[in-house]
This record gives sequence, C-alpha cells and structure tokens, in this order.
Amino acid sequence: MTGLLAYGTYLPRHRLRAAEIGRALGSGGGRTSRAVASFDEDTTSMGVEAARAALAGHSRLPDRVYFATSEPPYLDKTNASVIHAALDLPTSCLAVDFGGAPRSATGALLAAADAEVPTLVVLAGIRVGLPGSTDEREGGDAAAALLFGAGSADAPVLASVLATASTTEEFLERWRLPGSDASRVWEERFGEHVYAPLALESFHSALKAADLTEDEVSHLIVCGLAPRAVKQFARSCGVTPGRIARDLTDVLGNPGAAQPGLLLADVLDRAAPDEVIAVVHLADGVTTTLLRTTEHIAVGRRAPSVDLQVRAPASEVSYTTFLTWRGALHREPPRRPEPDAPAAPASHRSSGYKHGFRVSQCDECGAVNVPPSRVCYSCGTADRMRTRSLSRTAGTVVTYTIDRLAFTPSPPMIAVVVDFDGGGRFRCELADAAPEDVRIGMRVELTFRRLLTANGVHNYFWKARPVTEVGEAD
Amino acid sequence: MGSHGIRDRVAIVGMGCTPFGEHWDLGLDDLLVDAVTSASSAASVSTRDIDAFWLGTYLSGVSGLTLSRPLRLKNKPVTRVENMCVTGSEALRGACYAVASGAYDIAMAVGVEKLKDSGYSGLPRQSIPGDGTGGTLGTTTAPANFSLLAPAYAERYGVDLAELKDVFSRIAWKNHHNGARNPRAQFRKEVDLETIACSPLVAGNLGVFDCSGVSDGAAAAIVVRAEDAYKYTDRPLFVKALSLAAGAADGNADPAYDFTTFPEVAASAREAYRQAGVSDPRAQIALAEVHDCFTVTELVLMEDLGFAERGTAWKDVLAGAFDLDGDLPVNPDGGLKAFGHPVGASGLRMLFECWLQLRGEAPADRAIPPTGKKLGLTHNLGGGPGECVSFVSIVGTEPSA
Repeated sequence: MTGLLAYGTYLPRHRLRAAEIGRALGSGGGRTSRAVASFDEDTTSMGVEAARAALAGHSRLPDRVYFATSEPPYLDKTNASVIHAALDLPTSCLAVDFGGAPRSATGALLAAADAEVPTLVVLAGIRVGLPGSTDEREGGDAAAALLFGAGSADAPVLASVLATASTTEEFLERWRLPGSDASRVWEERFGEHVYAPLALESFHSALKAADLTEDEVSHLIVCGLAPRAVKQFARSCGVTPGRIARDLTDVLGNPGAAQPGLLLADVLDRAAPDEVIAVVHLADGVTTTLLRTTEHIAVGRRAPSVDLQVRAPASEVSYTTFLTWRGALHREPPRRPEPDAPAAPASHRSSGYKHGFRVSQCDECGAVNVPPSRVCYSCGTADRMRTRSLSRTAGTVVTYTIDRLAFTPSPPMIAVVVDFDGGGRFRCELADAAPEDVRIGMRVELTFRRLLTANGVHNYFWKARPVTEVGEAD
Repeated sequence: MGSHGIRDRVAIVGMGCTPFGEHWDLGLDDLLVDAVTSASSAASVSTRDIDAFWLGTYLSGVSGLTLSRPLRLKNKPVTRVENMCVTGSEALRGACYAVASGAYDIAMAVGVEKLKDSGYSGLPRQSIPGDGTGGTLGTTTAPANFSLLAPAYAERYGVDLAELKDVFSRIAWKNHHNGARNPRAQFRKEVDLETIACSPLVAGNLGVFDCSGVSDGAAAAIVVRAEDAYKYTDRPLFVKALSLAAGAADGNADPAYDFTTFPEVAASAREAYRQAGVSDPRAQIALAEVHDCFTVTELVLMEDLGFAERGTAWKDVLAGAFDLDGDLPVNPDGGLKAFGHPVGASGLRMLFECWLQLRGEAPADRAIPPTGKKLGLTHNLGGGPGECVSFVSIVGTEPSA
C-alpha cells in the first residue's frame, strides 16, 4: 500500500502578539499572536528543520524532494537542493521547487502522494504584510514535511490517500507582483463569493470518488489565506462543528503554503486508526484531499508534536525586532567590514560539511575532526578518514561568549564552543537563546540556519540551539 | 634534527619607534621613513650600509617594495613577511637568522601598520574566498575569541566571574598607568578602576577598556653579528632566544583543550627559556613585554610564560606583582592596551621597550626598579584561544660567559 509514511513540522520559537503591534502603531490590538521566524531563518531553513523531524529515525529515504513555498529565498536557483544537501541525501535524489502561490503546496502534496517512488514534500511559509496590515498580524511562519511512498514492515503507511478532487478558476483574490513586499487582496466578500461553490464542488466530488458521506469525515481541515471564505465553507459543508479541526491561527497565524501540512500534522498527532481526514485548501480554486489513518498511526508519530511546539515556552519579540528581522526596518550597520559572501567553488567543495554537517573520523585513532580534515588533529595520520554526519548529535557547551561587535542582523551574537557526545568540537553561534540563558554545561543540538545574506548570496550553515523538551535530540 | 638557537650570535645595535596612535596626517611611507631613519641614526649607519631588510606588515602593503619604494632602497634584498599579530617579531626573526648565518653583516627588521585609514574600528581582515562556515574559528570577532577564556578560567579555577573582572580591570589600570608615562603611547592618561570596570561591554565580560588600541605606527631594529656590536653602540642588546610556535589549530577541534591557556605560548616560552638558559623566568627576567591584546590575554599569559602557577596569576595581578614597581614589571611601556596595536609594528615595539629599559634610557617616571637583572622578554601572539602563533624572544645586555 502507498501512502503517508512519515511527517514532521517546525514552528519557530518566536511569537509576536497582535497587542504589541497595536501598541507600537497606536492601533487596535487583539488577543491573538503569530509565529515569527528568527532573523536567521527562511522558508528553506525551516523546511530543513521540518524534514529533519519527519525523517528522524526513518530508514526509508526519499528519492524525490518537492519544496513548495510562496516566499522562496532564491529564484532561478532551486531551494530544494539546499534542503536535499542539508538532509545529506544522495545525488540520485531529485529535488525541485514548486513556486509562486500557496496553491503550490497542494500541488506538491498531490504530486508526492501520486509518485511511484518515495517522495518527501516540504511546505514552508513566512507571511508578511505592510506595517499595520491584516496580513502582517494574521500571517504566520512555519514548515511541514510529509513523506509518501510504499509501506514496508519498518516503515508502514500511517495514512492512505482515498481520493482528491480539485476545482480551478481564474479570479483576482490575492496577488503579489514579483519583488513587492506585500500581497494585495480584493474585497474579501468577493473571494468568499467565488470560493463558496468551488469549495463545495471539490469537497463533494472527493467524497463521491471515495464513496463517503460528510458524516464519515472524522476530521475536517479547512485552510487558505481567505478567512471569510474558509469560515463560510466550514459552516456550510455539512460536517458537524465538533469534527472541524482547529486552525491554530489565533496562536500561530496563517503560514500560507505550510498551512495544509501543519494542520494535517496536528490532526495526525491525535487521530485514531481508521479515521477519515479531509483537507480542503482554498487557493485559486479548491482541492480536497481525503485520507484514512491506518493502525500504524500511533507508532509512526515523531516528536515533537504540533501541540507540544504550540505550548512550548515561546520568546516574545517586540514589533521593532520583528520588522528588523523581516528587513522592514533599515538599521545602522556596525562600523566593521561587511562579511564576504561565501564563494561558490569553496561552498561546493565543502557542501558535505556546510550543508550536511559531514565531518571526518580517523580510522587510526577514532578522533572526530570538525570541520573534516585530511590530517587527524589527534594522531597526525593523513588520509585515513571516513566521513559521517553529526547533524543529529547533541553536545555540551564548554565555554561561551556574547559578541557585541560581530556583524549580525540581530546583535548580540552568542557564540559557544560545543563538544559533541561521542567526540568532536564545534565553534558556532547559539540560536534561539538570550545572553542570560547560556552557561557552561548547557545541552545543545544543531539547527540549520541562514547565517546571513551577503552580496546577494545566502550563507546557510549550522548553529547550536538549546535542547528543550520540544527539541530533544534523538 | 634539532632546534639550536642563536644565543649571543647577533645583537641589536639601533632601534627606532614612532609614536603610535591615530596618525591622520602621516601615511604608511611617513611611518616607515620615521622608524627606519631613527633606527639608522641610533646605530650611526645609513640605509645604504644595511645589507638586507625584513619588512613586517599584516595588511598595509604587499612585497618588499612597500619598504624599498619610500626609502628609495636600490636593489637591496627586502623581504615582506606576515604572521598575523606576530608579524613584527617575524621580521626580527628573519633579520637575526640572516645575520647569524653569515649571509649579511647588517640587517634591518621593520614593522609597520596603518589601520586608521580603513574607516572601521577594530582590525580589518584579509578577504579570502571561503565556504562561509568560518572554518574552525567560527564567525566571531577578536574580542569575542579571547573572551572565551574568561568563563572557562573562572569555571576551572573556581574564581567568581565578577572577581575575574576586577583582575581584568587591574591589568588595564596598570597598562594605562604605564602608558601615561610614555610619550610614544596612543593613550597617555591614567584611567581609574571604576571607569575601566564600567566601560561598555564589547564581548563576554570584556569592556572597551579591556581591549587594546587600534592605531598606526612603525618600529625598526638593526641587527649585526655579536662580535661587531660594539662598533655601533656601547650598549647593544644581545639576542638570547627567538622562539616561534604555530599551533595545529587543534584547540577548536580537540575536546581536551579547556580554554584556560595558550599551549602554543607555553611551548614557545619553554623553547625560548631553553635557548637562553633561563630556569626561573619570574626571578631572572627584568621586564616582560607581552601581547595584552585583551586584559584576559595578559592574565593567561602570566601562567603560560611561567610567571605564575596555573590558576594563581589572578592573585599576583591583584597583588601588584606585575606593576611597574612589582617584582616582574609587565608591559612597562603600556602594552598593546595603552601604547596601541599597529599589528605589524607591535613585536618590534616590545623590543624597543627592552632596548630603552635594559639600556637605562627609559624616562625616570616609568623606569623599572634597578634590580641588576639583565634580561628582557618579548611575547607576541597572533590568532586566539584554540589556534594561534606565538613568539617569544629574550634579549640581554651582556653576552654570556
């Protein structure tokens, strides 16, 4: 049987309260909050984190990676290849982007579900809007990853796809010109008017194809960036309100392309075996996907759950920090030379380390050399190394500093020296922590980040972050 | 194989050193001409009499032409060297070995740096295309690299970080006290302990006053065979030891390294003491000019250079042992902290203070106490904890029996 084999999600640690936006702008507030990607995160890096969660402990690796986002860090260059490299996947694995609109997320999901080889779909969103806009307040940042393929004894199918049905129509509801900093929306009531019949048609066609009725749907997930249309469909589709899944927008905001994956994961986190899940995605037309959980759903879940990440202690950011992180507030740079962009040939030569965190281990004495080295630091033997990735190995802080001079988009930089469990030492930045958090003996794990962007080149590499009950290294 | 040293085979017979500071009105050529001509006149020679030159500069120029052009040296062998902050000492090393080998009669070592034209605070850096991972050093600044020592030292020796901060302040206070008595120093004011302790933090618990000055400057030394030394001066300085150690950069790879020491410094010091026949450095050395790029560095160097037992130097600092009137004056010229740190010049600037102090030419208000000791030590370090190059020289006023 073919179906969903694994899934994982990633929520950035930071939250921005609507009330904080209201306070800064002197406008209304509200009780909601939104998830905020850190200054060193983008859709690619968050996609890597979600994919790492999905593939943790999984023996079956994908033959294809499909990455969908409407906020791609690069154009003309495939972002999925960065994810592919960070996951340390073989060259024979295909990695492609599905770009442009949030609807690409559904396209990527269906393409993965239909694929005849194991396929990982990665969905990520970082939603912004002009200061004071609804999009800014109600957007969110998150990523989700789902692995589809043929089930096996050690990787059984957790949920099978029963049917999908789509409707497509051309209308101007939400749009953004390339390069502009915010999307535009037509009057919401117009979107609601166009979406209503498209959603019902899609939903009913899918039910019919699967030979199901509304009553047999255990969990209905409705997503999309047009809230009026989403609510209207949920009310009118005939599924009892108690079976309509939470959409988390009041605590995380709407993460656009990541939303279908994130909400599906949240439902899978608590669904019982043999339950029908309907995912209805309103985005330039509507797609309904029906899945049925199998008896393996309980054992196939991976930590951390969406709920655990939602409830984990969050760091609240100020509105000015949020604007700075999203590049909407041009701050005075430090009076120091700007960092250089990574050079393409050097980055390519060291890709195994830079992206996959592959280090070398000496065959003679066993010492772990970070970065990988041809000559062992411990015994001096040359070219007797094997490489392996330490990207999932936890470690302990040996010493640290707070660098108030370093060139970083979010000073001060926290730097740590980490000794990995089982050998190897690494000097890096500490992410998702405040200066007062860091101490000798602190437990940390690696996280894939965008260190900075210099001269139009994103510099992706690994940082340490505190191990929490949410991010427990496996 | 073996390291044999050149103890008492060469001597310094003339030195020059410009004031260090923000020389908005002096260019690199001016600094070079000033340092070279003052060293030449100290030895009563002309640049035409000098057979070979070693020029040390970190980032202010490339090739021997950087020196031969402003000095109009015609077809002399001029070698440009670079070894991070050890650059000036590296130039001295080349000149000394060249003379000791018999290849030349008279050689000159020159060190220079022009930092203040960059428009930046802190040091400029080499721009070498890389993979963006920062290699073994990560992406932190120099003060942050050295500030890694503080929590590790505090943890290992059970010293409270706040007390360690007092130790750092005491080191800065001492070096400013000394620099205030040095007309060539960049900073010539005493600074009280509270101002130092309360200065804005730069990295870790290091504040602005824990960091050395960024400045422009140059220094030069003339080296001849020991037996010729008295032809040029009645008070030469004999070179007892020259020791250079480049680490394997393993401190940032090897979990055995604990960030409380510079093993490269300890190794270079052991070798220098061996070459010079020094068995008890704390007792035998009259003054030490050490690489106090940051106050915490000077603290750790006191242990690595063998001036204090491990984990105890902080007590000696607080007791004033390394003050101008202490039993081993350290950085009587103000050090990198107050004299300033024009990278390529610093190693030779340290030697210049030995030149003044051991020959009795230091101004009375910063002259080290007359103890009869005849050895001076310079220590110069490039890099940071975990990976560095370290240089130690020992010079003395008398050839050994």
